[in-house]
Amino acid sequence: MYFVRVNMTDRTYQVTEVPEKYKYFAGRALTSNVVADEVPPLCHPLGPNNKLVFSAGFVTGTSAPTAARISVGGKSPLTGGIKEANAGTSWGADLANMQIRGLIIEGQPKEKDQFWGLHITWDGKPKVEFFDATPYTKQPLSAVYPPIYEKFGDRVSVCSVGAAAEYGYSNSGVCFNDQSKRPSRYAGRGGLGAVMASKGLKFIVLDRQGAPGVEIADKALFEEGRKKMIDALRTHAITKPKGGLNSYGTAILINIMNEAGGLPTKNFTSGRFEEAPKIAGEAIFETNKDRKGKEIFNHACSPGCIIQCSNTVYAEDGSEITSCLEYESAWSLGANLGISNLDDLAMLNQLCNDYGLDTIETGTTLGVAMEAGVIPFGDSKAAINLVHEMGKGTTLGRILGAGTETTGRVYGITRVPTVKGQSIPAYEPRAVKGIGITYATSTMGADHTAGYTIAPEILGVMGKVDPLSPEGKAALSRAFQATTAFIDSSGHCLFIAFAILDIASGYQGMIEEINGVLGTNWTADDVVKFGAEVLKVERKFNEAAGITKAADRLPEFMKQEPLPPHNTVFDVPDEALDAVFAEL
Amino acid sequence: MKVKVKLYATFSRYHPGTLAGTPFEVELPEGSTLRDLINHLEIPESEVKVCFINARIQDLDTRLNDGDEAGIFPPVGGG
Repeated sequence: MYFVRVNMTDRTYQVTEVPEKYKYFAGRALTSNVVADEVPPLCHPLGPNNKLVFSAGFVTGTSAPTAARISVGGKSPLTGGIKEANAGTSWGADLANMQIRGLIIEGQPKEKDQFWGLHITWDGKPKVEFFDATPYTKQPLSAVYPPIYEKFGDRVSVCSVGAAAEYGYSNSGVCFNDQSKRPSRYAGRGGLGAVMASKGLKFIVLDRQGAPGVEIADKALFEEGRKKMIDALRTHAITKPKGGLNSYGTAILINIMNEAGGLPTKNFTSGRFEEAPKIAGEAIFETNKDRKGKEIFNHACSPGCIIQCSNTVYAEDGSEITSCLEYESAWSLGANLGISNLDDLAMLNQLCNDYGLDTIETGTTLGVAMEAGVIPFGDSKAAINLVHEMGKGTTLGRILGAGTETTGRVYGITRVPTVKGQSIPAYEPRAVKGIGITYATSTMGADHTAGYTIAPEILGVMGKVDPLSPEGKAALSRAFQATTAFIDSSGHCLFIAFAILDIASGYQGMIEEINGVLGTNWTADDVVKFGAEVLKVERKFNEAAGITKAADRLPEFMKQEPLPPHNTVFDVPDEALDAVFAEL
Repeated sequence: MKVKVKLYATFSRYHPGTLAGTPFEVELPEGSTLRDLINHLEIPESEVKVCFINARIQDLDTRLNDGDEAGIFPPVGGG
């Protein structure tokens, strides 16, 4: 396994063996440890001393199912702290097959407004060539991916950033191809796109032809684990073929969160959106059925996925508007803005994909702008115009591109849904207390994936606990955060958790797969310890960057404004929030 | 008594012709429980995962009152 370091100051690169310390790190564990070891915590996120680190998980690139995740890490321009964002894409599997455990982008070119691409191939070991990418800038990503595939061939995988990153927006993601070569799979949160663009880097094209693949220390054990994982995913009602996710996509959650009174609506002023059913996964499925004349089940974002949760939204004439419209995006650009026109919602999603914007941060920013009266709630056409402003880099567009918190400050708004500068996603903390604890304490800023307590609080997965009660929730969030840090390092998609938290043999299967690859003897206890160590490393970086436990709080309005329909506030005591990391 | 019912995801097949989540009224004898409602709708109990009455998650033995809103879900998950 290799480390590939690319220096963008002078466009050189270095290939070395993976250093001893990192031999048992991959995915999030690897990106967070490299960032903690090599990036000065007080550096400017868009300056020459920040680094951008890519690493696929332990089992990415193997035949393990639903395991093509790629982690991207660096210091975040949005939060000022450490960031790991991950996506599902063939790009992750290709990086792993080329035996690149860590791809580290360093330095900064002196030339302004020039962009380069990397073309990485296999030549006995990884080989990097640079190409001029400036002609591909300031264009929608859906317009630049086809010529890149034409230039490098159909079999490559493509990572890129969009115009939002070129402008240096704190809201800008790192984009990867899906299985149909769409630029649509985002490591979206925290502005890592701008970090990549700040290094003059526009593309990373991987061609795995001839690469040796992932080495597996104990093939029999790996196979045993893999079979258990496959069985769990094929059995569980949420993850099985034609099950909930495959039929209705992640947007299946719109209705249940609305029913629970926990769907943030019109910039977090209500937990219910009257028109929620019109933007839910069921509505997307039925609309597609009407327009295409048949039932359309969802597709995989990446090779080897059993769950296959990615939808496509079709227009009345049968043409594609966007893929994929996730729960988070249907919420942020829909309910959160009072928008229920599915076609316009799909268009907003597509514009985010084209400009390289994170859909969550974009929706919450527009929510604050609507509250400020820039445009009215519910006006989908005006919302589309504002996203175009962001894509064009107008003065207003740049303000919005700086994110939810900056937009709130510019317009003097107090109801600003952020933690550590990153906006709160699609679960209302006043109606679901455990997820509020995760938002408050996560090393990432507000992040639902960091410790998804929604599973037991709402979905009845891994037990049932009352969402409105704060009791026992600090321990619940802590356990989820530690386990998640491990899953984010495994290479598996977090959605395997629905199956393996309910089916014990699936959980065992995950551990056996990884022991099979690494030749280790890790146990279930080691999983939690491994995850906890990752969190501690991230936490330490944040503290050195000036983000202390004082930042582990939700915005003040959530403690003061009762949220309909439950008319509750966020009443988790500060001591419980502090206990999450104090007792880790 | 009358309760307002909303069926979601695959359960919309038990009240065909409307989009999942569109409320409809059901008349039940006084004292009926959530389980009675599910039986009345001919939804197999084993397929039911999460039920809400007036935005609160409740178990199947919970008694319904006139004017209650019930939301019934099979297993769902996402992110």
